[in-house]
Amino acid sequence: MGSATEILAAGNAQAVADVSVETQLAVERFLYRQAEIIDEKQWDDWLALFGDEGRYWMPSEEDQVEGDGQPNVFWEDTYLMQMRIARNTHPRAHSQAPHNRLCHVVSNVVIESEEANGDIIVRSRFHCAEYFRYEVRNFTGKYRHLLKKTGDGYRIALQRTDLVNREGPYEYVIQWWL
Amino acid sequence: MSWTTKQIGAMVEPDRAHRKAYTDPEIFDLEMERIFENTWIYIGHESQVKEPGDYYLAQVGRQPMVMVKDKNGEVHVLYNRCPHRGAQLCTARKGNTGNNFYCSYHAWTFHLDGKLESMPAKQGYEGTNLDFNDPEFHMARPARSDNYRGFWFAKLTEGGAYLRAHLGESAAAFDQLIDRAPGKETEVVGSCFRMVQQSNWKIFLENQLDASHPGVTHESTGKSAQQVEAKIRADGKEVPLELSFLSDFARLGHDGWTKFGTIGFPNGHSSLEGYMGLRPDDPDTNEYVRRMYAAYGEEKAEEILAVNIHHMLVYPCNSVQPPLQQLRTIRPLGPDKTLTEIWHFRLKDAPEEIYRRSLAYYYLVNSPSTLVNADDLFNWWKCQHGLESSAREWVSFHRNAGQDIVDGDKTYSAPDTMSEMPLRHMMHAWRDYMTAEKEA
Repeated sequence: MGSATEILAAGNAQAVADVSVETQLAVERFLYRQAEIIDEKQWDDWLALFGDEGRYWMPSEEDQVEGDGQPNVFWEDTYLMQMRIARNTHPRAHSQAPHNRLCHVVSNVVIESEEANGDIIVRSRFHCAEYFRYEVRNFTGKYRHLLKKTGDGYRIALQRTDLVNREGPYEYVIQWWL
Repeated sequence: MSWTTKQIGAMVEPDRAHRKAYTDPEIFDLEMERIFENTWIYIGHESQVKEPGDYYLAQVGRQPMVMVKDKNGEVHVLYNRCPHRGAQLCTARKGNTGNNFYCSYHAWTFHLDGKLESMPAKQGYEGTNLDFNDPEFHMARPARSDNYRGFWFAKLTEGGAYLRAHLGESAAAFDQLIDRAPGKETEVVGSCFRMVQQSNWKIFLENQLDASHPGVTHESTGKSAQQVEAKIRADGKEVPLELSFLSDFARLGHDGWTKFGTIGFPNGHSSLEGYMGLRPDDPDTNEYVRRMYAAYGEEKAEEILAVNIHHMLVYPCNSVQPPLQQLRTIRPLGPDKTLTEIWHFRLKDAPEEIYRRSLAYYYLVNSPSTLVNADDLFNWWKCQHGLESSAREWVSFHRNAGQDIVDGDKTYSAPDTMSEMPLRHMMHAWRDYMTAEKEA
């Protein structure tokens, strides 16, 4: 067993696993719920989606296979996620006043692999519109999730988000995970 | 209107500047002509072009440039433009162009030093005024290009100071980026982050040396970081050093921010003293200091490490933070639009953990998901909109005005203040650039 990034890098990103309809549905339900949680800003639920060692990762280079020790657009463990939530919801976070709104659509859900213990690698595509400063910005790209099966449903060990325009330039900044 | 030199000079007073310096499109065009296309502008670091044929694009004022390494290992700065019909020769931001530059329009080729090599159906030029030896048919070169210890700059007009003289004491920023390496070399890591600020380029520079803003602008970041630090301690874990980059904003308070002096240097350069405790007594730092002693000897190493610069502004284009190996370059796009390129560096032979600190700062402060600059960029955007209003004509730089301490060609802020001296200093330099006769 390697690190979550190693497992994801070792997986075949073109693979299509032959999984049961139940598994497909459960994974899709998980991804849709994650999108809803961030759109609705239910931050306790967001943190609960990630295992204790869970990470959200947005690489800055197309060919990047590791996040640790390298420049990234996002590379956050649960403490940094708590930092981001605390900051962005702080009354003096004036760049979040008025608060933005997010709207995600997640689709093209393809499970790449299912381990005997139920762990999943799944890829999907997303589109996210952000209403911010009275304008709409659009973000789109690809997710790959490494999901750990637990007695209480899936937990995210690693979410890799690749924006189509990851190289920028970025108009302003990104304050929430996409 | 067309601005006269006299009118431009009148936009800057000892303690205030006119709002149109930040908003007027004609002033912006004049800035491009008289500042960005007239003085030394940062191109990039030599480690961005390692192999022959490696190139990297840059922008000087309104001019598209390319930095390239030739077969002899020499670096050239050229205009990224085919002399035939004007097509840009390189379109990717970086890459390797092989043995020559190749124009995708009519297959003119150029040596890596920009000289015309060949084109198909060459006989069509026999008996014409096209001369292979005439620089008119080579890729254009800036009037001057030069480097300071591997940091490349270009100047598009003749005359004026050489690069070293232009940099003056601001060169300490580049010295520190190299000298802090036990291996005495520094290297760019990755591509840069590029972010667009919806505000004037001068607002960015002013903010960098504005000691009275961090405790206010970054209050939410500082306080939230303190909460998370407490939570990590409660979980029985060690708080990572990098969280202090964020909690410092709350820890320092207004009094704290008065302790860091600022200095104005000739040509508009300026510096802010360091405030972050970047030499803690931990095994990684101690190992780093040991390697510095081994490389330089104790006395010289201590001399290097004692230099305490948080920001060095190399007017008008760089903001350098040497203790954390960060370098920002600005590329103005319009009066209300500024592209920033944000780089960071790895110190040769420093322990990996020392690099990780630089990387953590790069991530937390300077990445597109920044937990700090989000509020800065938002303030600048609000300033830009506010300055469009004619309700007031002037921007105030009155804090501790009249108390600056001039010593030779340097200007020091009054001690124990959050003086706006650097802001006044930069606008005075701006006026000097904007009203000087254009160098021949």
